[in-house]
Formats: sequence, structure tokens, C-alpha cells
Amino acid sequence: MTRAEISLSVNGEPVEVTFAPYKTLLELLREDLALTGTKHGCELGECGACAVLIDGEPQLSCLLLALECAGRSVETVEGMAESWQSGAGLHPLQAAFADLGAAQCGYCTPGILLTAKALLAHEPEPSRERIQEAISGNLCRCTGYQQIVEAIEEGARRMADESHR
Amino acid sequence: MMRLPWFEYRAPETLAEAAQILAGEGANAALIAGGTDLLPNMKRRQMAPRVLVSVRQIPELRRNGSVLGAGVTLTEIVHKPALPLGLRQAAAQVATVHLRNMGTIGGNLCLDTRCNYYNQNYEWRKAIDFCLKKDGDICWVATASKRCVAMSSTDCAPALLALGARVRLVSATGEREIALEDLYNNDGIDYLRRRPDEILTELSVPSAPSNYWKLRRRGAFDFPVLGVAAALIDGSARLALGAVASRPFLVDRANDFLRGKALSDEVIEEAGRLAASRAKPMDNADLDLYWRKDVSAAFVGYALRELRGDDMRETRRRITRYQPA
Repeated sequence: MTRAEISLSVNGEPVEVTFAPYKTLLELLREDLALTGTKHGCELGECGACAVLIDGEPQLSCLLLALECAGRSVETVEGMAESWQSGAGLHPLQAAFADLGAAQCGYCTPGILLTAKALLAHEPEPSRERIQEAISGNLCRCTGYQQIVEAIEEGARRMADESHR
Repeated sequence: MMRLPWFEYRAPETLAEAAQILAGEGANAALIAGGTDLLPNMKRRQMAPRVLVSVRQIPELRRNGSVLGAGVTLTEIVHKPALPLGLRQAAAQVATVHLRNMGTIGGNLCLDTRCNYYNQNYEWRKAIDFCLKKDGDICWVATASKRCVAMSSTDCAPALLALGARVRLVSATGEREIALEDLYNNDGIDYLRRRPDEILTELSVPSAPSNYWKLRRRGAFDFPVLGVAAALIDGSARLALGAVASRPFLVDRANDFLRGKALSDEVIEEAGRLAASRAKPMDNADLDLYWRKDVSAAFVGYALRELRGDDMRETRRRITRYQPA
């Protein structure tokens, strides 16, 4: 087996891709699909930078064989804006992160945005403690997390507002 | 960049087919479920199996009724209130949300043993001329030791040992059901009594009042440096310890003492002393070795006081941070 071929859904689009079979989903996204929003951190499951949504749930793309993503739905940060109802601008979580200074170097931001999105899908109004637990697998070395937690709370408010409009 | 080594990938759809592959490949094959333990080891070249056998599509491993399939994820366990609290508390404290969405109960029970001299990349290990567990012939933790002292780091196993869980192992030539404690050897290399051709398919988990206390540096991510599980079985408290040996184990001396006794303060203190005397942590993990040993009596005290109904919420909140609803 020199090349593997799978079909999967990436950000709502059906994709067929041929790749070296030892690749992780992280490598497939960045190297074969040119989706470099998903960040390459520790590669060992210790940082959360590579988190993506698999069938809606946050998982680590560095520890997922690309081969095992056949037929599954993958969402990366590139698909976040489109996934929101208006589709015209940023996802409310992205806008809140920008407005509240929740991204400094930005390396952890894609993983945290997606992890927060999955949390809000289950719990539209999470407590601060629930937010902290949800992102406890995402390391951020810049912000001290305060602005991140506040931006997730603000994003949740904006999502509720926009949904009721 | 740490690439995975090359491997042949198989994804059998039935248990029989998976067992046939293992029968043919033996130790050249590795089972992969969540992959969260195996793939880091492969990236660091601690393992380079020729064949990876994915168990994701095998229906028996996905059973989630009174019998628990080995492929049920840790997140699914946390969110299943019918399961004993001790198991759910243990699962809730494994790693992080993302890893619990991926990792399975079977994988946590079969977790590779860990050591500061082993869980390093290839170049790091090469620089110390490797170690007993992989590619070398000296144990850097205990240089006179003939035995690898890498540490069992599973959170769920102590919880399940205290509860008296049993596991099923299936191979092409037959199947057997054993007590969970008989799955483990106190050897950092040969730590499982699962044969290479066997698949851990399911667990039976008795219901009982139970709890699990985990010591670690941070409120997330970290492997345990001490795990204490307690369960009330037939009116007697039963204790199991994790992360203080190369296997998780039932603390026989403490459990013999506890049998038939009400959990008075004096009984709890003596059980803590007896259990701590069996804790043999090595200097191969996080936190100070002697403190880790000393603190085990206090953790046994927390577990037994919670088991008898004391309100331990403040202590648990301080130590555990996050817990199942």
C-alpha cells in the first residue's frame, strides 16, 4: 500500500483525497488539503493546538490516523465563519475573540475556537467553570486564559442575540 | 516533525476477522482503538508495529448496555449515570476533554506503563543509551534492578479493581473471562497478561458505592502519580491503588483488615497506614517521591471517609477540580 484514498467531509464539502497512509489527520489537512489553520503543536496530544471537530466533537488531529477519518465529518477553523447562519462575516466566537483580545500569538486560537463552539452546541449558556473545563485541554502560553474565557462568554451572548433576531 | 513509521492498516468489521489477523501476525500487530496511547509511542519509535488492526468497526466493542464494550470512549463513560461513580470519576480525570472523546476504556486498561526515562523522543533516549524498557539494558531509575519499574498510569483500572470488574479476552482459538486483577503483572515491560493474539472485548462492572481520588500536578492533562479507589462490596470497604507500582492492585493487607469493619476514624487511619505501606512509588514520575508515598495514607483517608458518607466536596473540589455531574 503506497497511497491511501478516502472520502470524507471537510467543512461541509465532500472531499476525496489520496495521501501517504501513515499520515495523521493533522498532516492530511495541512499538507494535502492546504488547510493550515489547524496548528501543529506538540504532536503528542499534550497541547490542543491541533484540535478539530470530528462529527461535531473536539478531538486532536495529531493523534487521529487520516485513514480512520473515512466517511466522517471534519470541521476546521477555516469552516467556522461559513458554519454560522449569516455566512457573511466571522463566527460570533471569532468576532468576540478579536474584539476582546483573546488571541495574542494566535497559535492556540483555532483549537480553542472549535472546542468552544462544540461546548456551546451542547450548552448555549455555560458557567465559567464549564468553560474552563471544556478548554482545559488547550494550552495558551500568552493570555493567561482570562480574555479567552471572557470571549467565549461574549461569543455565547452574541450567538444567542443573533439567533433571536 | 515526528512522523509515524510505516505500517499496514487493517480495519476488520468482525471480531472473528480481527482475531484471525492477530493469530497470523502475533506480536507484529498492534490493536488501535482511540490511538491516544499507541500513536505517541509510535511517533517516538517506542513501538513500530508492522500491522495496525483498527477495532473501531467491531460491533462487540461498541456495546454500551449492562456489558461495557472495550471501545466505549471515556467521555461516554463519564456521561453514563448508570455506571458506578468511582469509574465515572476516574474516567472524568483522564487527560483532557479531547483525549477522552478519543480514548477508550479498553485502551485505558491496557495503557502502556510510563517512566521519565522512557516517555521521551528517540534522540533523548539514544543520548542516555536507552533503557531496559526499550532498546537498552539498564534501568535508569534503579540501576541495580533486573526488572523494569515503569509505572502503571491507568486511572480506570484501580476504580474497576475496587468494584471487582471482570474482562473478556477473545482470540481465534477461544475466549476467557478473568478478574481484572489477573490482567496485570507487576513488570514495567510485561505488564499485561493479555496474549498478543487476544483482544480485550468487554467488561462487566458490578454496581456499588465507590469513588476515586487522583493525585497530579495540574487539574487536567496529567497522568496520575497516585490513584486511590474505594468501593463498598458486601458491606466492607475495598481499596485499590494505582500509579505506585507497575500494575494497579487491590491492597490485600488493608482489605483483609477492613473486612466486616465499620469505617470508624480509627479503622480508616489504620487502613491508610496499611495501604501506604504497600505503595512503592519510584522516582520516575512527577512530584517528590517521598511526599508521594506519604500522601497515600491521606488519600486513602479521603476515599474511605467519602465512602462512609462524610461530606468531602470541598476536599474533592480542591484536589479534583472537574467531576462528572
